[in-house]
Amino acid sequence: MPKLTINGTEVEVPPGFTILQACNQAGIEVPHFCFHQRLAIAGNCRMCLVEQEKAPKPVASCAMPVADGMVVHTNSPLAQKARKGVMEFLLINHPLDCPICDQGGECDLQDEAMAYGKDRGRYQEAKRAVREKDFGPLVKATMTRCIHCTRCIRFASDVAGVPDLGGTGRGENMEVGTYVEKALTSELSGNMIDLCPVGALTSKPYAFEARAWELRKTESVDVLDALGTNIRLDVRGQAVMRILPRVNEDVNEEWLSDKGRFAVDGLLKRRLDRPYIRRNGKLVEASWPEALTAVADRFGKLSGDKIAAIAGDLCDVESMLALKELMVSLGSANLDCRQDGAKTPAAPRAGYLFNSTIAGIDKADVVLLIGSNPRQEAPVLNARLRKRYLKGGFRAAQIGPAFDATFPITVLGAGPDVLQALADGAHPWFETLKGAQNPMIILGSGAVARADGLAILELARRLADAAGVVRDDWNGFNVLQRAASRVGGLDIGFVPGAGGRDLEGILDGSSTGAIEAVYLLGADEFDTSRLGSAFVVYQGHHGDKGAARADVVLPGAAYTEKNGTYVNTEGRVQLGRLAVYPPGEAKEDWRVLRALSEQLGRALAYDSLPQLRQHMLSQFPLFAQVDHVVPAPWLPFAAAGTVSAAGFSYPIDTYYMTDPISRASPTMAECVVSFAPNPQSKTGTHG
Amino acid sequence: MSGDSGGIHVDQPESFEFTPENLVRAKALIAKYPEGRQASAVLPLLYLVQEQHDNWVPRVAMDYVGAMLDMAPIRVYEVATFYTMFNLKPVGPYFLQVCTTTPCWLRGSDAVLDACRSKLGIDIDERTADGKFTIVEVECLGGCVNAPILRVNDDNYEDLDGPRTLALLEALERGEKPPRGPTIDRQNSAPVGGPTTLTTLRFDGGGDAA
Repeated sequence: MPKLTINGTEVEVPPGFTILQACNQAGIEVPHFCFHQRLAIAGNCRMCLVEQEKAPKPVASCAMPVADGMVVHTNSPLAQKARKGVMEFLLINHPLDCPICDQGGECDLQDEAMAYGKDRGRYQEAKRAVREKDFGPLVKATMTRCIHCTRCIRFASDVAGVPDLGGTGRGENMEVGTYVEKALTSELSGNMIDLCPVGALTSKPYAFEARAWELRKTESVDVLDALGTNIRLDVRGQAVMRILPRVNEDVNEEWLSDKGRFAVDGLLKRRLDRPYIRRNGKLVEASWPEALTAVADRFGKLSGDKIAAIAGDLCDVESMLALKELMVSLGSANLDCRQDGAKTPAAPRAGYLFNSTIAGIDKADVVLLIGSNPRQEAPVLNARLRKRYLKGGFRAAQIGPAFDATFPITVLGAGPDVLQALADGAHPWFETLKGAQNPMIILGSGAVARADGLAILELARRLADAAGVVRDDWNGFNVLQRAASRVGGLDIGFVPGAGGRDLEGILDGSSTGAIEAVYLLGADEFDTSRLGSAFVVYQGHHGDKGAARADVVLPGAAYTEKNGTYVNTEGRVQLGRLAVYPPGEAKEDWRVLRALSEQLGRALAYDSLPQLRQHMLSQFPLFAQVDHVVPAPWLPFAAAGTVSAAGFSYPIDTYYMTDPISRASPTMAECVVSFAPNPQSKTGTHG
Repeated sequence: MSGDSGGIHVDQPESFEFTPENLVRAKALIAKYPEGRQASAVLPLLYLVQEQHDNWVPRVAMDYVGAMLDMAPIRVYEVATFYTMFNLKPVGPYFLQVCTTTPCWLRGSDAVLDACRSKLGIDIDERTADGKFTIVEVECLGGCVNAPILRVNDDNYEDLDGPRTLALLEALERGEKPPRGPTIDRQNSAPVGGPTTLTTLRFDGGGDAA
């Protein structure tokens, strides 16, 4: 371990560290623009210059590896002077339009200019300006402000795996851009906005909406995929203005998918802000007591086997538990939280979790994707797979239709027959999997949502057992969920009770009349026309498919408007927090259910969220382990039928619209148009 | 012109492919580099494109080279726009490169440039209306001893001044091809007016050979 002296203090750091990293470890801040810990080192902004004794000139600390006995001064007159010089050069062509720049107030250049900038410029000549660029509907480019740190270029090529950005031209004429007119075709493009140290790349939908210092910040989790990305909700007044990622090394590092970031404007559109009751075929506004009475009148008079409940993809665990207990008290076993028709049973837990954990991807050396397109189902996880690929010694294969995964992937076939061959050891890739140190199988949520989903699950397990994918110290069997509520729902057993109907059964029963009333808790992603003539209650936050079919609408809270527990695909319990209050007369979901239970004369045994949580913990102790992944024991799976020959397909056909929030978002609608496979060309040049 | 990445030339061809002969040459160039390092051949391949395609590199050709070398198109654009020797828009069959670096400038490159401007009625980075001539300003062409230099396509015309530049351009307009090299009484880079040293050197055995 090399020892070096920084500002008179001796520091010991691992070999291979750069001076900048050593400074960070010692708690000494060195200003920088181009360096970013998750990107390759570029060393081109020169802001991190420090004085190193016996070196002829200041050194760029971000690119200089430490050596034993180095003596470094980060704040010596030489270092200060060097940085001031660099800053003066950076500001030569910078427009200094901070008052109209969205980055103002959270701009690295602005901050560092306070420390190293002069109070007046010596530059008399004309500043350079660059042509306006169009990077698509999400990222607003004002490239005149660009200081050429190349962070966005490195992010696009390395992390996102879509090498669209580059630096073209030379010297003063260098420009960062795509050269040809094209939108950034990544599901992670929003992260470039965070990475950009100046105002060159800013959020297009958020342009001129708010200033950084006006915003109230709430830490929460994203629910638009099942990754449980840690986010920060920035609120002004009663509106969530924007969503930014938080660092969580085990989950999202510091990335956030574009849907999680930009669907935020959907939270203000098509909201259910008051109860509705269908009268003469039309939904008309109603008061809470009217609506609850209308629901209680129907549900209270029906026997348990005639009522059913379906929970949607964005529900918190608390409200699902409240609904489950309400249904159980009404004598109904017809419950399902798998509105995509997944056959995954609620036990064993290892059968529906991403058991390797997301951070475990870093250790994997062979990955087999079965009917899963992680780029659409969990873009941040896909970036982690790519990161693993870039480290080298990594092989990936897939069963299912080919797609651009941003890393090389061998297509073994399209259907379960290949999986069968693999499980039988009759496929050449079986040996690859078996020979791997830490093999990983990723089973898509779409693959278990087929009619033969249970058999697919079982087959994947057979392969896992045969190929030694599961050991005492490594569980490489993974199901990649795509609904934030799914694992939580399965954890609390929001599945058919003894003799109960599952989604198919409920829908069949509704169309035949065997089920007379259905309670939808934010459930929209199934064919609502199959609900037949059943009395439908929709509790949720958006006027989407479910609400359109409903006979009574009970307005609930979106994930930004309630305190709730979510369990991500790896089984990590995380807390979402209330950032704003639900609009109008809408209420937190568990409260609605509590009020309804009162109306039904079967009051639930909790009057406050802490009481509900306490009750939840007593029933399911695993929810006490917040932000931890409790490894699930590798228990036998349920017996399965036979697989059909049909090939796998991916459940998401439009990444930007998968749930009520993103469907309501104008920004997502624009993305759908811009990123359609064959968008209308804007200019004569194609691309 | 090269170096200016701001605007991509509007009138681009639809497609580009190497001729069979050039494809052979391209493959030979690629084979010079080790497996997995094919991208190193991007410069010679772009030159080959330029040679084949009227001395300029269209965008489709950059995509073509990128595909050939397994590079993202943007990586080829970066290279092509960085090096000023690649023309990214059409140039005339007479591609006039005026050196204005210090030695040439001291020896009168301004007069050469002015002669080009006045004769052709265009400025640097422009092309004449008849399409025949394009003027560009370049850095050192490596013939400082014979400064100032005007390179026409691949030929250097040396020791120029205003009138001789005019004469050269007129000859080019007539379709003639004056001999390249010094335009004054001088052999290559030897002193003007003949040798000043070793004047008695003989190889026939006579004289006072040292």
